[in-house]
Amino acid sequence: MGYRSIVLVKQVPDTANISGEVMKPDGTVNRAALPAIFNPEDRIALEIALQVKDRHGGEVIALTMGPPKASEILRECLYMGADRVYLISDRKFAGADTLATSYVLSEAIKKLGDFDFVFAGRQAIDGDTAQVGPQTAEKLGIPQITYVDQIVELNGKVVTARRRFDNGYEIVRSQLPALLTVIQEAAEPRPFKATRLMTYKSAKSLMELEKMVEGNPLLSREDLRHEYEERGLFIPTLTMDELKLDESRCGHSGSPTKVFKVESVVLAGGEHEKFEPTREGLDRLITKLMEDRIFG
Amino acid sequence: MTANQVWVFVEQRDGKPADVSFELLSKGRKLAESLKGDLKSVIIGHHVKDIARETFSFGAKEALVVDHEALEHYNTMAYSRIMNELVTEHQPRIVLYGATPIGRDLAPRVASFTRSGLTADCTDLQISDVTYLKKQYPKLLLQIRPAFGGNIIATIISPDSPVQMATVREGVMEMVPLKKPVNGKLTEIPYRPTPEDRLIEVMERHYAESKVNLKVAPIIVAGGYGMGSKENFQLLYELAHVLGAEVAGTRAAVDAGFIERERQVGQTGVTVRPKLYIACGISGAIQHRAGMQESQKIIAINNDPDAPIFEICHYGIVGDVMEVIPRFIEVYKHKLK
Repeated sequence: MGYRSIVLVKQVPDTANISGEVMKPDGTVNRAALPAIFNPEDRIALEIALQVKDRHGGEVIALTMGPPKASEILRECLYMGADRVYLISDRKFAGADTLATSYVLSEAIKKLGDFDFVFAGRQAIDGDTAQVGPQTAEKLGIPQITYVDQIVELNGKVVTARRRFDNGYEIVRSQLPALLTVIQEAAEPRPFKATRLMTYKSAKSLMELEKMVEGNPLLSREDLRHEYEERGLFIPTLTMDELKLDESRCGHSGSPTKVFKVESVVLAGGEHEKFEPTREGLDRLITKLMEDRIFG
Repeated sequence: MTANQVWVFVEQRDGKPADVSFELLSKGRKLAESLKGDLKSVIIGHHVKDIARETFSFGAKEALVVDHEALEHYNTMAYSRIMNELVTEHQPRIVLYGATPIGRDLAPRVASFTRSGLTADCTDLQISDVTYLKKQYPKLLLQIRPAFGGNIIATIISPDSPVQMATVREGVMEMVPLKKPVNGKLTEIPYRPTPEDRLIEVMERHYAESKVNLKVAPIIVAGGYGMGSKENFQLLYELAHVLGAEVAGTRAAVDAGFIERERQVGQTGVTVRPKLYIACGISGAIQHRAGMQESQKIIAINNDPDAPIFEICHYGIVGDVMEVIPRFIEVYKHKLK
């Protein structure tokens, strides 16, 4: 029989590698200047879904909501072994907070039919909120197990998983369908398969096909689309209209949280006493700390 | 029914209340004063009435208690359903949760059900009148958090959300009990189970009491990614041993595997206020500073004279940590003789 797994993935700015040019003079962030990467814990989520398929059979479907550029990580999902991928993209989704995002994701999942699992990374490195997973589970009306580092047992429609925390762990049993968020330690993501990479590197979304057609009168969008579909290389895009979504719940207007103010980090003062890294300098510092009654 | 209630979800594990809940009650009391409303605590569990009474010492005017055998341990489905119902019925203006594994599992579900704005890992909360898109919003909750790799500090608001929700990490707010407890009211709410409550069952629970308690350490020796390796961190343990200090690390150091996560200081780790904080090989990203800048004295050791950490330290040493620390230990031992 096997299990049908949906994996939620996100392309994120690589916040670990922020350089000076990324900050605009007005103190806001120039997102375009940041390298975009596959959110690390989402890659683990895909790996776990693929492991479930390896052991029990079934199907793995990856979804991402994002701008057209996010197709990049969907191709990576295909290289790793995802059976199908979907890009959920619409200008009207822009500015979505976690609530609006989970609304769109949950509606897209419902459209894809029955499923056993939804897997997601615990959190994305650009916001670290860890909210989209549980909010999507709530909207789907299914239970969630967060902070999973291992699937202990999978038997019929019951999953037993281990949740890992700083100071311990829990073994939790849930009825399926369920949503699981996984932590980095749960698995090592598999490398891309060479044959799949060769096949799927030319997989394209509709927007990418449109780019190819631009300025080339010999190509027609519909012909290309047909050809890519035939070859299994078409990445379908789900838009707001296709998902029949309530616009007032999407994007900026569907987001209860708003960014009211951003301030670039201005460091106050900067007055400090300097000590040389020499024996004498350190002697002076330690004496000072003794006078401050911190040492001694 | 006043719409200006401030609620704190009081978290317990094995019948022991979490510190962060009392920290949030202390902050929540001030927010409630600004709103001219009441602070209330919500406690779900079994035999938790003593915890409910303890919240009166932090200013809770009322404790909403759901006490039942089946609720002894946190369970996503049952707890979130109870909170969904309580929030929907009472419409508090603000609900605060600890940003713990329990709070981070629970809060998003409740926010989703009630369609409320929720902001994670706030480092400050304030009440202020706000003009947003030319509309006036009296007494909104300002939810302040570093964002985007620490390059910016964002103030988040939920202007049109009847209920505003936020999570806060342990140790970020100060725990301030009242000199005299308020004469609070304990309201018991009956538990009416549903079949959905049992979709998830916790089979086993294993917790070790954390060996490290950075919050009470008078001196902390902390290392960043600039320490270079796990081996080099040994030097920090040596210095800590000599000074009677605890060792901590930045998120980058934790992610690099130099030090364990329970020793992480910063926005997504622990917030500390020691007498002395020695920052070694730490550049000073805002997320880290959010967790240590209230230390009484800060020493920064870094070979980059332009590192932001020098902007907030009291004493600065520009130099190679691998040379400075052994010399520091040597001079310190010599002086103590």
